[in-house]
Amino acid sequence: MRRREAVRVLDLEVIAENLGLRKEEYRRILDLLGRSPTPTEIAMFSVEWSEHCGYPHSRKWLELLPREGYFEVLVGEDAGGIVYDDIVIVFKMESHNHPSQIEPKQGAATGIGGIIRDILGSGARPIACLDSLHFGSLEDPHSRHIVHGVVEGIAFYGNCVGVPTVAGETWFYPAFRGNCLVNVMCVGIAPKGKLVRAIAKGVDNAIVYVGNRTGRDGIGGCSILASQEFAENEEKRPSVQIADPFAEKCLIEATLEALETGFVVGVKDMGAAGLTCSSSEMAASGGSGVEIDLDRVPVREEGMEAWEIMMSESQERMLLCVEKGHEGEVQGIFKKWGLEAEVVGRVTDAGRVTIRYRGEIVADIPALELVRPPVYTPQRKRPDYLDKVNAFRLEDIPPVEDLQGAFLKLLGSPNLASKRWIFEQYDHMVQTNTVVLPGRGTVVLRVKGKPWGIAVTADCNPFYCYLDPYRGAQIAVAEAARNLASCGAYPAGITDCLNFGNPEKPDRYWQFVEAVRGLSDACRFFRIPVVSGNVSFYNESPLGTVYPTPTVGMVGVVEDVAKVVRAHFVQEESFLVLFGETKAELGGSEYLRVVHGLEVGPPPEVDLFFEKRLQEFLIECVEGELFLSSMDVSEGGLAIALAEAALSGEEPLGCVVDLAPLGNLREDVMLFGESCGRALASVKPSKIGEVTERAKDGGIPFAILGRVGGNELVFRKGEETLFSLPLGRAREIWEGAITRHV
Amino acid sequence: MRFGVVVFPGSNCDYDCFYVLKDVLHQDVVFLWHQEEDLRGCDCIILPGGFSYGDYLRTGAIARFSPIMRAVQDFVLRGGIVLGICNGFQILLEGGLLPGALLPNRDGRFICRYVSLRVENTNTPFTLLFSPGEVIRIPIAHYQGNFFLPEEELSELERRGQVLFRYCGPSGEVDAAFNPNGSVGNIAGVASLNFRVMGMMPHPERASEDLLGSSDGQRIFLSIVKWYEEEGSRACS
Repeated sequence: MRRREAVRVLDLEVIAENLGLRKEEYRRILDLLGRSPTPTEIAMFSVEWSEHCGYPHSRKWLELLPREGYFEVLVGEDAGGIVYDDIVIVFKMESHNHPSQIEPKQGAATGIGGIIRDILGSGARPIACLDSLHFGSLEDPHSRHIVHGVVEGIAFYGNCVGVPTVAGETWFYPAFRGNCLVNVMCVGIAPKGKLVRAIAKGVDNAIVYVGNRTGRDGIGGCSILASQEFAENEEKRPSVQIADPFAEKCLIEATLEALETGFVVGVKDMGAAGLTCSSSEMAASGGSGVEIDLDRVPVREEGMEAWEIMMSESQERMLLCVEKGHEGEVQGIFKKWGLEAEVVGRVTDAGRVTIRYRGEIVADIPALELVRPPVYTPQRKRPDYLDKVNAFRLEDIPPVEDLQGAFLKLLGSPNLASKRWIFEQYDHMVQTNTVVLPGRGTVVLRVKGKPWGIAVTADCNPFYCYLDPYRGAQIAVAEAARNLASCGAYPAGITDCLNFGNPEKPDRYWQFVEAVRGLSDACRFFRIPVVSGNVSFYNESPLGTVYPTPTVGMVGVVEDVAKVVRAHFVQEESFLVLFGETKAELGGSEYLRVVHGLEVGPPPEVDLFFEKRLQEFLIECVEGELFLSSMDVSEGGLAIALAEAALSGEEPLGCVVDLAPLGNLREDVMLFGESCGRALASVKPSKIGEVTERAKDGGIPFAILGRVGGNELVFRKGEETLFSLPLGRAREIWEGAITRHV
Repeated sequence: MRFGVVVFPGSNCDYDCFYVLKDVLHQDVVFLWHQEEDLRGCDCIILPGGFSYGDYLRTGAIARFSPIMRAVQDFVLRGGIVLGICNGFQILLEGGLLPGALLPNRDGRFICRYVSLRVENTNTPFTLLFSPGEVIRIPIAHYQGNFFLPEEELSELERRGQVLFRYCGPSGEVDAAFNPNGSVGNIAGVASLNFRVMGMMPHPERASEDLLGSSDGQRIFLSIVKWYEEEGSRACS
């Protein structure tokens, strides 16, 4: 005989505390149940109300984010999207920071798996992944170990699963040494009307468990691992899940095939909080209840307790609600793909999540109460460091004598250098939709059978956000939008991944709220809806907290995919034109950090009105086929933008640049300043007149800086040559910067 | 003629091949599930890229035991045309339908990028639309594409003209600098003794539309069509 799940009240409180529930939360559970909870119920509340699943500290502020834009918006349970033509483009970004810090390969791999299932759960076929990665300095051996593991994990999983990893960003700052950020995004498409919700409804309909078996891996992943900061010498490796991309690939095909039958009422990924989250949220969203028999759950190990099955975060599992009488057809499809498919329960009209195991009821909770976590808005306080780090004035540093030396340092800075070593390890072409290949910011995907395409990018400069979270978040939105616009895409929607420290510390919480405000204000201004997202708190370790990082994943629409332009130079003798104003500012720049060793701001000013005008102008020029190449100018300034344009094509192509048209600014400001609202294009001589006319009409300041051509990067000011660099050498430094370290 | 694209669990370039054949080249093409034993009247079988069975064992090692592979073996004995791409190439090697082995890449990393290939033998069903020595651009995407064959067998392979593609520079220079994965002799694709079976690591289906950056890959599929129209129908009937 197995002992009953009756435990003394005192023990229950200890269990609750160990699982991360607060005392007042435990009291609330007592109230709403009207009795003592069972250990399984405590486990279920602990995961559902955890920061990772329930968003108690962030929910109130997330309501600030706009949900409407120029395109129709659909927001589902796990992902949202926009509608264009007759297609829904679904996308979402999510963090897998703590697992990746502990076990980089599996942590990153399961991150990819989870976000792909979120998209799949909406009924869309996953067509692309992006990653925004933040690591400690490459000089540091432990950080290098994490870089290797994370990149390997993404490659291992993403390549096998057949979803191309097409774009992203990678940053290296010491602030991420004790707590890296691995933000993964997936984009999917489905014909409008084919989306499915994460609901369970229709009394007696079947609850069908599909995918891999349930094991003890990942228990506490969301409540213990993702919802607490790292303490000294703690062993959290058991909370990391194990990845099986082959099962995921089969799960994608089988799920989409099952949806085609028309018998699937609802689908939900079993990711964070596993069966607890999927069953209770599907019941709550469907306004119904579910009864689940854990004896029928396919398990990997003998003797698992009920709470273990309910909390397990074993990967590659989904929960389906299937019309009664059609279970066999749906199960048959999964079995054909070699996957488990068991009817584990039924939909009820009781509004409760009822769990049975070994002949006993081990949990019986009103579904709505489980999915109604508490809301916390603790104190917040502007951090003291801000005044000190934002006091920089240009006069504080003398103009640099050795401009070439400074340029070489920037070119070889891992933050600005080519990320080829990373993106070539990812299959970025499978599914044959990648029209603009990775290498520089935005990537464009075609949609088979359509003239239009989808542009995607991920953006956030965490250092700007550290200096000023409000402005930093605005810049992230503006830059992502400009990134899309410069290849001809209309910004259509955002998914955000908000990475911050411990929200119970007032200065961290202040950063969070400021960043959300910045994000919200910028999105409202540009009318770009935030269709989905994720919050990751507690990103701190004994080494300190991470830079506040509100990562923006942006999706845009290109009306004519054949007209997109790329960042790299393509034609000798074409004119180089810089649009926008270069201001007398250097704060927050990589130049100050790398060349002068100064980590100070303020970050560049941002003028949203001008940004919008510039973006409209860029799209107009691309659509009018006036540009040969085009890109936004951002980190590293004009000099680095020119280097990227020269080096990122298959064959490098140089240029001769004259800074004189930029006026009387300091040379280091003209070359390396990071003023917002700028873009660089190359223009055919026959079109230059039309481009400048349009710029004048649109109120866009511009400067013709020179011509494309030759095998050097030449920087001049009037008659004087400031410095020059052969392309071969430049490429060696730019492409070698990361490889040299790893 | 009819193409058949085999779907193993874990294949992930199956649909890409199907799309090129059907929507770009307007050919008759069907999917063949790995558990089928009937090739459904196909005249050319394509084993697509991907990670059959996750490649958790050796690449291609499990897929070759699928029921469909017995049918493919018979088809080959009857002189049928088979094209294995990437993981499909690995499966053909595991099944003994082509000589050689594919080892992990020299640098121990997955590589996805465009490469230049030199066409070495144009007198085959897969290459007859190319000119000898022509340089074409087709992407690779693999972790295990480092072709190996012991020296004696290799010289025999070379002598018989079974090497169809080599990694090369933009002007056709075949040397170590343009060898992405360490393959012996820069070999990217080889054919069987009767030239009816070909395996290659680069992905022609990814280079079959100008929109994607190259349409050189098209000519491999179209060579097969032309060959079949001219002599295959006679030879195989």
